[in-house]
Amino acid sequence: MTPFAYAPVRDVNAALAQAGQAANGAFIAGGTDLIQLMQERVAEPDTLLFIGNLPLRRIAADHEGLHIGALARLADVADDALVREEAPLVVQALLETASPQVRRMATIGGNLLQRTRCLYFRDATTPCNKRQPGSGCAALGGQNRLNAVLGGSDHCIAAHPSDLATALTALDASVVLEGAGGDRSVPIADFYRLPGDRPDRETVLKPGELITEVKIPTAPAGRRSCFLKVRDRASFEWALASCAVALDLEDGVVAGARVVAGGVATVPWRLEQVERVIVGRAPDRAAAEAAGALAAEGAVGHGHDDFKIPLIRNTVTRALLQVGGVA
Amino acid sequence: MPEPRAAAIREAIDVTLMVNGAEHALSFDPRTTLLDALRDRLHLTGTKKGCSLGQCGACTVLVDGERIVSCLTLAVMQDGREITTIEGLAPEGELHPVQEAFVAHDGFQCGYCTPGQIMSAVALIEEGHAGSDAEIREWMSGNLCRCGAYTNIVDAVRAAAAKSGAAAGGRS
Repeated sequence: MTPFAYAPVRDVNAALAQAGQAANGAFIAGGTDLIQLMQERVAEPDTLLFIGNLPLRRIAADHEGLHIGALARLADVADDALVREEAPLVVQALLETASPQVRRMATIGGNLLQRTRCLYFRDATTPCNKRQPGSGCAALGGQNRLNAVLGGSDHCIAAHPSDLATALTALDASVVLEGAGGDRSVPIADFYRLPGDRPDRETVLKPGELITEVKIPTAPAGRRSCFLKVRDRASFEWALASCAVALDLEDGVVAGARVVAGGVATVPWRLEQVERVIVGRAPDRAAAEAAGALAAEGAVGHGHDDFKIPLIRNTVTRALLQVGGVA
Repeated sequence: MPEPRAAAIREAIDVTLMVNGAEHALSFDPRTTLLDALRDRLHLTGTKKGCSLGQCGACTVLVDGERIVSCLTLAVMQDGREITTIEGLAPEGELHPVQEAFVAHDGFQCGYCTPGQIMSAVALIEEGHAGSDAEIREWMSGNLCRCGAYTNIVDAVRAAAAKSGAAAGGRS
């Protein structure tokens, strides 16, 4: 690791003030992603501000919905009775994330800011526009089996890795960001940026801003949901493709739908064309198959990742069948 | 490349770690992982270094009773925490029931991943995730065994859990 200064911070205000003073500082909480990147010299912060002991672990519910403190660990959230009751989709996604050990370290806020698993991003000896803007993209003509077939650009095709972000997008969640100028709430759907020609800028988080909370709005009474993850091995693996579905049923008919694909796109990928087909119908086999067939609209393969195009259709169809109770 | 880093960067940080019941006041280069601190400073070499990337589980220890991988946390981040390593599971000269079960069921071949497997299994039983073989496999998935002793590892965990009377359906 490249040397850095280390300082534990006492409260959120101190964290924001100290972040303002560090030219190339980083917050660290669980550390499970950042330390890997530092070991590989992909990340080289000059200052680490340790926020792991800040009182941001609370999980509570009110009339708006669930509030999850950004420093709640993945295991804490997956175990929480309120979350199990109000947002089982999140619990499902979390229990398929990482390993039992990592889930006891990694935080909710950190999970949303984890960096891509693109092989070239994590290999400092190769070109990567996300790691080193302007250096090129080695994945486009290289080993791109794990890359994104949706939302890519000529500069970057790195897939977004977070199962949690995929689930939260289907639940219309928001993140609360605190910065020197106050706090703001950003829908998760607006939080991530497409790579375009600046793949190094992944979110709308401003320098020195901190995620302090995730908000999940209360679900309608007829909510049914499902998170389906397809991967190379049965456990402790990133998604090749995933699908988070939240359907709101009224009298057996889908009144509202959120269908989001993960593992296949540069950001959590909402499939509005799929949602439009399923809304107004019973969530039966015919509806699932008709809707799932549209899931790969706009997808572009790069060779090794071509298999993800039929995989998205099949994953989305299977998720819709599961949530409809027909598979 | 970056301008010269400030002198503050080389400053060692004082921390207190409670390891296997003993208090240690130590000073660390902040880059030191908990794993390296345990092995190189406290000479507790039972905790193994495998991948250093959180993928193999060989470095699993308990922090405040919960399992983590010690390669993905810095020693300075664990200031004031209580850490249990494989050396601290049972009094000198005795074996913890999970250690006994690994011996009885031949839950290893080369032995390198074994301390991590055992620490993870101790936590898994405590969490209540030993309800079935499938559940044990899922909740041991953070520990790899390149010799492929998985079948016997599952046998050992199941036997140790049965002995401890642990039931299924606990925390995640």
